[in-house]
Amino acid sequence: MTQPILNVRGLVKRFGGLLATDHVDLTVQPGEIHALIGPNGAGKTTLISQLMGELKPNEGTVELAGQSLDVLPTAQRVGLGLARTFQITCLLPDYTVLDNVALAVQVRQGHSFRFWKNVRADGSLRDEAATFLTGTGLEPRADELVANLSHGEQKQLELAVALATRPRLLLLDEPMAGLGHAESQQMIETLRGLKNQVSMLLVEHDMDAVFALADRISVLVYGRVIASGSVDDIRQNPEVRTAYLGEGDELC
Amino acid sequence: MNSETSFKRPALLAAVLIVLIALPLIADATGYSAMTSLATRILIYGIAAASLNLVLGYGGLVSFGHAAFFGIGGYVVGILYQHYSLEEPLFGFIPGTNQMLITLPAAILISGLAAAAIGALSLRTGGVQFIMITLAFAQMLFFLFVSLKTYGGDDGLIIRRTNELPGLNMRDKQTVYYVCLFITVAFFALLWRIVNSRFGKVLVGLRQSEKRMAAIGLPAYRYRLTAFIISGMGCGLAGALMANFMRFASPDMMHWTKSGELMVMVILGGVGTLFGPLIGAAVFIVLETTLAAWTENWQLALGFILLFVVLYTQGGVQALILRLKGKR
Repeated sequence: MTQPILNVRGLVKRFGGLLATDHVDLTVQPGEIHALIGPNGAGKTTLISQLMGELKPNEGTVELAGQSLDVLPTAQRVGLGLARTFQITCLLPDYTVLDNVALAVQVRQGHSFRFWKNVRADGSLRDEAATFLTGTGLEPRADELVANLSHGEQKQLELAVALATRPRLLLLDEPMAGLGHAESQQMIETLRGLKNQVSMLLVEHDMDAVFALADRISVLVYGRVIASGSVDDIRQNPEVRTAYLGEGDELC
Repeated sequence: MNSETSFKRPALLAAVLIVLIALPLIADATGYSAMTSLATRILIYGIAAASLNLVLGYGGLVSFGHAAFFGIGGYVVGILYQHYSLEEPLFGFIPGTNQMLITLPAAILISGLAAAAIGALSLRTGGVQFIMITLAFAQMLFFLFVSLKTYGGDDGLIIRRTNELPGLNMRDKQTVYYVCLFITVAFFALLWRIVNSRFGKVLVGLRQSEKRMAAIGLPAYRYRLTAFIISGMGCGLAGALMANFMRFASPDMMHWTKSGELMVMVILGGVGTLFGPLIGAAVFIVLETTLAAWTENWQLALGFILLFVVLYTQGGVQALILRLKGKR
């Protein structure tokens, strides 16, 4: 077996008495899309925050391509090739679309202790940033302030900014949430197109998207992974059906 | 950003510069020679307020202790002058001096070191804690200098003569004004480069969302600390000029009300804009002078004006709060 790009072992996170992450084991293989599903409050976003180093787990280890990330702050993890998108978009509202991407390129290029040269006149930076917008719906909106973007456009920009850091593993926190049907389809196509460039851990509620994209699926309930396997395995797993998929049917 | 557009109006800028250059002549011609002194103070406070604005406006870090660096700058000039006039070296080996080419860089360096120390500790906090801890450090320094009897205690230090610059007659108020004007122009040119550089972009990005900047791989602390140090150095420069201009350095320069005044200047002029603080300093000093001529309770009137600016202009406290929110 090849070395997994992401290897999570025995991850535990407690918030007081609440066990938000309960001994989670998870792997993502190179080039695969591993979907993480689970009902609201299952701890999916909490898990992503721990992978990024934004939250400190109580126990367990996280490895990226064999390298331990446990003591590293978020910024260094990004440097090693980890990137995330936010469920609730988190962008720089006073900057333009292109500026948001250019800043990610700038940070990837190295330190920003450069005080003299005007950054907006830096052609190479802006050209490279523009390449991350080509083919997306954001191309004609490059000079628009982020504050003026629609929700769907902000979701697309989240992805473009994450890709601009040239990640090896992309953590996608509900990239389809709040998108219309057409926008969701477009996002699915975009992600499918990226499949050969970057491995992904996809947290998503939209089951159509998950079944369309995922190579493997893990199901998280109350902070615990109750099942993990191929799309078909998960579809047929009775425990998953009652805990998650079935629950939805009954409510409908 | 405002910073860019304000430099895209070179004609306006050139006009302002010409007026500033001609100002002492106009002052003499009209008989208001006090105008030159007023303008000198405006320029000096403009440098200090613009320095504060680098962390407050661009960086979104509300420092309530920047008077500390202003005061340190002033005391560097004062202490070096005292040792020069008494002809006894500081700590037994640093000779005093009255040469501005030495005192100004020394003031910038020492205030930069102080900013590095204070910033390194303060920046581990954020929000209200940051405001309080910067205030606490400034007040500590204030009381230190109040109790430092060697250097005048709370009476302050009198500097008998303005520092000398080779080839210039620094006893002439007009010359001092032109020296300050030259330094102000150089300072704002430098600041303009900084806020539009990669560094400036990162700093403003951190103000907008620290979380986002971390997610693209940026370690916030070292950039904020650098901004804090640059800002402290700018305030130190202003303090050194002020001590030269007033020929006096006192603990009042680092009292918390001075920090407040600098903040008022920034808010009056426009938070997070390049020239706003200079305009704010002008408005503040002119108001202070004219209002104080009418009533000794001039702060009351100033308070109402500040209220008006904050409530009815774009970019008053409102923008400040938005920035604080954006940062948190």
